[in-house]
Amino acid sequence: MAMRRSAGGASQSRSARHKQLSKCPTGIHGLDEVTQGGLPRGRPTLVAGMAGSGKTLMATEFLVNGATDYNEPGVFMAFEESAEELAANVQSLGWDLKSLIRQRKLIIDQVRINPSEIEETGEYDLEGLFVRLGHHIDKIKAKRVVLDTIEVLFAGFESQSVIRSELQRLFRWLKERGVTAIITGEHGESNLTRHGLEEYVSDCVLALDHRVNAELSTRRLRIVKYRGSAHGTNEYPFMIDQDGFSVLPVTSMGLNHPANTGRISSGIKCLDEMLGGKGYIRGSTVLVSGMAGTGKTSLASAFAAAACKRGEKTLCFTFEESPQQVMHHMKSIGMNLMPMVKKGLLHYHAARPARQGFEQHLVTMHRIIEKVQPKVVIVDPMSSFTGPDSRLDATSFMTRLIDYLKTKGITGLFTSLSYDGEPLESTHAKVSSLMDAWLLLRDVELDGERNRLITIIKARGIGHSKQCREFVLSDKGIDLVDVYLGEGQVLVGTARATAEARSEADRAADMAQVKKAHRTLEVKRQALEAQIASLRAEHELNELHYVNLSDKRKRQLNASRTAQDNRSRLRGGTKKNATRK
Amino acid sequence: MEDIRNNPEAEGPNKYVLRLYVAGSSPKSTVAIQRIQQVCETQLAGQYNLEVIDIYKHPKLAQNHQIIAAPTLVRELPEPVRMLVGNLADEDRVLVGLDLKTKLTTDD
Repeated sequence: MAMRRSAGGASQSRSARHKQLSKCPTGIHGLDEVTQGGLPRGRPTLVAGMAGSGKTLMATEFLVNGATDYNEPGVFMAFEESAEELAANVQSLGWDLKSLIRQRKLIIDQVRINPSEIEETGEYDLEGLFVRLGHHIDKIKAKRVVLDTIEVLFAGFESQSVIRSELQRLFRWLKERGVTAIITGEHGESNLTRHGLEEYVSDCVLALDHRVNAELSTRRLRIVKYRGSAHGTNEYPFMIDQDGFSVLPVTSMGLNHPANTGRISSGIKCLDEMLGGKGYIRGSTVLVSGMAGTGKTSLASAFAAAACKRGEKTLCFTFEESPQQVMHHMKSIGMNLMPMVKKGLLHYHAARPARQGFEQHLVTMHRIIEKVQPKVVIVDPMSSFTGPDSRLDATSFMTRLIDYLKTKGITGLFTSLSYDGEPLESTHAKVSSLMDAWLLLRDVELDGERNRLITIIKARGIGHSKQCREFVLSDKGIDLVDVYLGEGQVLVGTARATAEARSEADRAADMAQVKKAHRTLEVKRQALEAQIASLRAEHELNELHYVNLSDKRKRQLNASRTAQDNRSRLRGGTKKNATRK
Repeated sequence: MEDIRNNPEAEGPNKYVLRLYVAGSSPKSTVAIQRIQQVCETQLAGQYNLEVIDIYKHPKLAQNHQIIAAPTLVRELPEPVRMLVGNLADEDRVLVGLDLKTKLTTDD
């Protein structure tokens, strides 16, 4: 990569091409990561930006760090400020320029040009500047040089062509001297710098920007070019605070994080069970989204507490509540976080989202993460930034933060507040794709009662439960309860309890009914049998009656026959008469 | 207006205190030295003090006197201090810069 880019540089020898370009660390937080090692050693670098974009500060820090940390003395050629002004400006950052000057590690030379005093009378060059600079470099064996802002020369002198050729000569000369230089330039209308300095400084060009968006200012740094070195072309947010200049060093949106296999408890037993029995994956990012009051902070705090119990440092960024408030509230659900804070395991950092721009927050967060070196980071809530207006912007920076956490192997938990009237699941769609796991907390209002429901929407790499659970917060802590599933609905809270009771009663009633039916049947059967018996008895009676009747009839018949016979015998009649009858 | 500043009261070699800063013996420096000597002799005879300083030998002086370009002629006196940058080839400008001639044309 380096070879291809530097192929145009004819001065570069063949053997040098194969060597990695030597870099000069700036010692500026994040800048060395972004530039993969620092500025090109022994070459000039142009830093372009608007007034107030931090050029001078960056250049000063470059020299101060060189003098204090890298044993590289520096020369500051100040075209705009005096040494006293410069020293006073950076005193608040804890830099003692005067002491560095006394130690012969720094020289500040103010180059004062008063155009009204100057009359041009013929040919000239800028040898005076060269001589001064050369003298300073020799005096303290300087390795670093800053020219801030050299474009003042264009205003001081009439002959622009002379200034141009002299600057060209100056940059060449700086290279020959082998000093690493920062040349600052004022941002121009059509060019990067007002006078097109970028044409002369071909090795490395950085642009600083200072934008105001939604009343919040954002500083950004961009590497316009860096000959002989790979670099990202993105804009990197940076900030200037009491520690100086710092760049958010997310080198790229690379996706080469190590895949993590270890597991980490969510701090809630039942939730761990839902997550395949072991909790989240270590080094992954978890999104907990939900409406106000659904228990996001509690869930996050439980996770933090569990991490602290394992002895892992945890860093909580809270943007809506003060740490005291959070701890107080967590105490009410049986979570005492104070001892963990005292032990130095749990760190809180609270800030108002409106205090500074989103990127500035991220830079700050980044810095604190570097300082604390936590295993677990909680951002509660990240939606403070995303808001309805600027979500797109925030997404890219969220990505950077997540990327950063992942490369560091830090497990991150982000809570996100859903707004009323937004479809719950789509609210964080943009961010959610970056997340490895997504828990959704919901409020369910039923029969005048609100209850919390928790669902795992996704959990990459984990065989997780797809069921809803009721999320119960009590003074005993957090618990998850199986919800009532039946009759085509999900019930929670009192409704769940009543429904469960109701169905119990229903079952009992059913049983009673069955018993009753059984009994009725029995009775009916008995009645039937009785009926059958009575019918049979009646029938027998009838039968008996018939037998009697026929006997009687037979007897009557016999009797009459006998009487006839007797009569015919009495009349002496013949047998004929008897038979005639 | 220009005449007011050109105070004729101060006489002697300290009326005009001039310092010419040159970069060694470069062609521009050589021309400048010749030029200023000529002007001094013809225009300021007896009332000037000219010092030629080689910035290579005296870089500290270059810093102290805010020399950026070379050659540079600094008119220390009469006040105000003026800097004449260049090899002094443009005689008109030199004379104007030394208040020996008023500006005829307003150049910007």
